Amino acid sequence: MTAPDLLTVDDLVVEYPGKGLLAKPFRVLHGVSVRIAPGETLGLVGESGSGKTTLGRAVLGLAPVTAGRVTFLGKDISHASRRDRRALSQDLQVVFQDPYTSLNPSLTVGDILAEPLGIQGVTGADARKRVKELLDRVHMPQDAMGRLPREFSGGQRQRIAIARALALRPKLIVCDEPVSALDLSTQARVLDLLLEIQEATGVSYLFVSHDLDVVRHVSHRVAVLYKGEIVEQGPAQKVTQDPDHPYTRRLLLASPVPDPDRQAERRAARLAEVGAGV
Amino acid sequence: MSEAQTLTTPDPVGGAAAPVGQTGTVSRASAWRRLLKNPMGVAAIVLLGLAGLAAILADVLAPFDPNFADLTAVLLPPGGEHLLGTDSAGRDIASRLLFGARVTLLSAALAAGVAIAIGLPSGLVAGYYGSWFDGLSNWSTNILMALPSMIVLLAVRAAIGPSTWVSMIVFGVLLSPGYFRLTRTAVQSVRDELYVDAARVSGLSDLRIIGRHIFTVVRAPIIIQTAMVCGIAISIQSALEFLGLGDPTVPTWGVMVSDGFRNIYREPLNLLWPTIAISVVIGAFVLLGNALRDSLEDLEKTKEKRTKPARRAKVAPVEVGTEHHLLKVTDLAVAYPQPGGGRKTVVDGVSFHVDRNEVVGIVGESGSGKSQTAFSILGLLPDNAIIAGGAIQFDGSYLVAPGEDGVSQGRLAPLRGKRLAYIPQEPMSNLDPAFTIGSHLARPMQKVLGLSKEAARARALELLASVGIPDPARTAKAYPHEISGGMAQRVLIAGAISCDPDLIIADEPTTALDVTVQAEVLDVLRGLQARLGMGMILVTHNFGVVADICDRVVVMQNGRLVEQGDVRTILRSPSHPYTRMLLSSMLEGKEPMTRLLGAAPEALEVAR
Repeated sequence: MTAPDLLTVDDLVVEYPGKGLLAKPFRVLHGVSVRIAPGETLGLVGESGSGKTTLGRAVLGLAPVTAGRVTFLGKDISHASRRDRRALSQDLQVVFQDPYTSLNPSLTVGDILAEPLGIQGVTGADARKRVKELLDRVHMPQDAMGRLPREFSGGQRQRIAIARALALRPKLIVCDEPVSALDLSTQARVLDLLLEIQEATGVSYLFVSHDLDVVRHVSHRVAVLYKGEIVEQGPAQKVTQDPDHPYTRRLLLASPVPDPDRQAERRAARLAEVGAGV
Repeated sequence: MSEAQTLTTPDPVGGAAAPVGQTGTVSRASAWRRLLKNPMGVAAIVLLGLAGLAAILADVLAPFDPNFADLTAVLLPPGGEHLLGTDSAGRDIASRLLFGARVTLLSAALAAGVAIAIGLPSGLVAGYYGSWFDGLSNWSTNILMALPSMIVLLAVRAAIGPSTWVSMIVFGVLLSPGYFRLTRTAVQSVRDELYVDAARVSGLSDLRIIGRHIFTVVRAPIIIQTAMVCGIAISIQSALEFLGLGDPTVPTWGVMVSDGFRNIYREPLNLLWPTIAISVVIGAFVLLGNALRDSLEDLEKTKEKRTKPARRAKVAPVEVGTEHHLLKVTDLAVAYPQPGGGRKTVVDGVSFHVDRNEVVGIVGESGSGKSQTAFSILGLLPDNAIIAGGAIQFDGSYLVAPGEDGVSQGRLAPLRGKRLAYIPQEPMSNLDPAFTIGSHLARPMQKVLGLSKEAARARALELLASVGIPDPARTAKAYPHEISGGMAQRVLIAGAISCDPDLIIADEPTTALDVTVQAEVLDVLRGLQARLGMGMILVTHNFGVVADICDRVVVMQNGRLVEQGDVRTILRSPSHPYTRMLLSSMLEGKEPMTRLLGAAPEALEVAR
């Protein structure tokens, strides 16, 4: 690789303490390694409990790093302090899954968007100008500023969450299932927006999703996570259309296609694959 | 949720944008207005306002000094110079009542203030950080709560001497656990909210996270609790003084009750005045607390007066020639009354039918009215919903006849469970954690089918096997939390088919599941439907699921039916633009990294 990586995760292990005094710690990630180049999207796909969300949270400092290393912009951030995180937040941001709980219900949209700016010392007229830019950026009306999150639909809230992530012009955004709570057409609009922002700003995404179709659509490379381990990693087209690993094949065949006859074929293929004892 | 919240988050633009409701059809009243609309709240505010005024203006209003004793005029009856008479020391009762209001209200405020000052910060810290501070403060809270407050107050009085203020400070300490627990629980419930995580990612300090994101959550419960605590403080304080343990030099209502009681045979009215004052103020605080809770926490439900369906002996027969349809929905409209007086229609003019051995998919986005349609067939709409028009017929007779504005529970009750079954979206929240899977399945069969306990148990195991659960006996003994989401959905499917229904209504049955589990659950549903020949309505937003299992499709948008037809026709050559838009949102077969819904105009490409 010519360009130095923006983010590298080496042999990451995440354990949560077990319940009770003598309980063994619960290991969610068993030595996971991924990397993301500038301007690149890494799709991270897996089922619930696979640890895909935990990987994103470990990068953000929201999950404990037991072993291994997370390097961002050449710096080890595995155990970054709150002060380091404050500096990091300029370059590393997040969009969560649930647009209903990711925005504080009692703050106006303007206050929500100004919060990351305020931490970096941007206040007053500068902040207001930037908030207006951000609302434009995500195609939301200017008058959204004085309104509360509950006045917006799920898709609009997700745009607001994306605008908050963009506020400090980050280099990497961790997108944790950003479209799985949304309707089909809203999902399409949000994916369009994410691609458009990447074209315009060259931001990288760590895109976590359970949906192979979504991941194929937005990713350059894809890593498949199964029970805390990466079973397959490579170019998006290869992994999502002609996978090598049986688990990825099973995922692909389980995803239904919108045509009765082709779906019947896919179903038959899946049942054959499962029947073959995979 | 509340006006208070809106008020304390000022518009950063300086009022550039007036908040406009999204549609203007759903109306909400603000918390403050709701409080003022509540007669209980208004009465409480007026009474407390009067008491407050009396306390503030006591110096002006009172004709005498509260402690001025005129030994020549003891126990005078009301009238003349002394409006309410005098007490056993010849002090003017009216003046003492006014000054008493001051001391009484101040001491209540002191107790509440001390309790908040201790309970709130410690609750915030314990709830947010947990760990050792949580353990320690919980421990001390438990000790404080175990102490009998009256005895502690008596002990304090014995040690320090009579002082209203000291006893109220001590009482405040004793009340602080209430605030501590309230705050701690509220904080714990939002500590892991995603917006708090987002603030952490932004590097916001803990202090600012607590002040900005967490404090807002506890504000409403604290206000409510404070109204109650003030009432309690006044009653405890008066009780102490009544026992003669108060400071006799300070004019309070409790001291006055005590004096009145001692002279009850000579001048019974002297006991009456302070008692009224105490009762009214305590009552007002309790009422205010209730009214605050109603306006801050409960969302009002607007109900319209229903026209009681005329108890006709027989429901009109259905239209001739439509009896063969298992289910037929004709021109259905569902509406909700709004506080302003209007109605919001959520389903309008929807007509479709389901035949035996047929799977009909209802497709649409959230808010399209697809679930409302399904729920109105089941009679499970919220009780303020109105069937604003149309009819629903099932197997040749009306569930909702034309002209009726609600679902007849009497007509539905014998059908639900037996002939109409339901599979919900969230399998886990539809299983009661207190019962085993086996009893979830067996109980309804005993009730509905009249099976014996053993027969029902055996049939439950059969059902579990039929939905592809590998070890039915073990699963039947398990509790809901011990099985996975996919398993739980299979259990609910087993429950739905347990009484051999004619029609199953499945509301997004696979949306909460992983794709591989979704495929398996669809396999189960398809197999059962074919084997039992049931009709099925599948509410979903996923065209892949539709292609997998449905025979016909109904597409809904904004409460209206836009298109319906055979699954191949709808998926391959949709005629309505909305269906085309939904299908074009599908990602399967799309060129990656391209715009799905057409490129955004260049003008909007704001460069960074």
